[in-house]
Amino acid sequence: MSASLLYALAGVALCGIGLFGFITLAHLLRKLLAFNLIGSGVFLVLVGLAQRHGEPDPVPQALVLTGIVVAIAATALAVVLIRRYFHLSGHTTLRAETPERVPGRLKPQTRGDNPE
Amino acid sequence: MRRSVGIRAVAGVCLAFVIALGLAVLGIAETPAHVDLPELLLESMGQSGVEHPVTAVLLNFRSYDTLLEIGVLVIAGIAGISVSRTTSLEDPELRTSDSLLYALQRWFVPLMLVLAGYLLWAGADRPGGAFQAGAVLAATGVMMRLGGIPMDFLRPGILLRLGLALGFAVFLLIALASAIGGEAFLAYPPAVAKQLIILIETVLTLSIAMVLLALFVSAPVNRAAEPGEGESP
Repeated sequence: MSASLLYALAGVALCGIGLFGFITLAHLLRKLLAFNLIGSGVFLVLVGLAQRHGEPDPVPQALVLTGIVVAIAATALAVVLIRRYFHLSGHTTLRAETPERVPGRLKPQTRGDNPE
Repeated sequence: MRRSVGIRAVAGVCLAFVIALGLAVLGIAETPAHVDLPELLLESMGQSGVEHPVTAVLLNFRSYDTLLEIGVLVIAGIAGISVSRTTSLEDPELRTSDSLLYALQRWFVPLMLVLAGYLLWAGADRPGGAFQAGAVLAATGVMMRLGGIPMDFLRPGILLRLGLALGFAVFLLIALASAIGGEAFLAYPPAVAKQLIILIETVLTLSIAMVLLALFVSAPVNRAAEPGEGESP
């Protein structure tokens, strides 16, 4: 097993951890962090797999660079949406336990955890 | 009890996902590639207009990706400032009069601006380029913002919108111009490829920095009357 393959497999592990967190965690910010973890895992797989000839391949590196910038912007947008949702509903999760508490203001459909 | 069973089921699904993905990665690693992309890239580096392979891929061979990327960024930035409740993105309440921070800024802001310029220029022949430079520029803006230096260009007016759209507009214009001029969409004339790439990278740097800064600034500020972030719902 070469070092680059180890990177790719570490990326696979990150994807798994991120997916687990994305499903089980209820808090929207934690969901967002878990989603970013999946993204980092994908980047690591792309960059790691592409170096198997010994030297890095510029094409996946450029793609990952593009992906990182998009991921940062999408994460920032998701944070803005989550904070707006929190201001409107007072909740940090998507589950509306008592919809009648703030009548007319609660918008459970405002999803903010889907940055891509 | 039911919750722990559910978590175990999710953990099992995730484990299966990891195993399947790991096997796929191992399978891909064993299969030899039909095309040697790095070799192909090295052969055509001469026509790209720049010397660094990653910049050549980003701005020339796969500039379609970069064009779409800046489009995504502009949409995210505009969505971000639309969601914001504040009429002025430059919040006077956040201004501090911390003299230490102010003195630090006087050292750091010019240095970071120079670093951003260097990164932009270095992209031609070594690691660097519009994205790194834009990130440094945005970080400079974030620091100025936290330190309370007023930034008039962040008011949600015509200037902010122009700045957000500038990179995408210039990029699209160059792409369309080459298409109208008889070449393929986004194919630069080889004679002016370097100049075009530098122009695109400069406006991209500005737009990326403004998008990131606008998104940072447009997160609504907590007011005292409203519940804090740490309180449980």
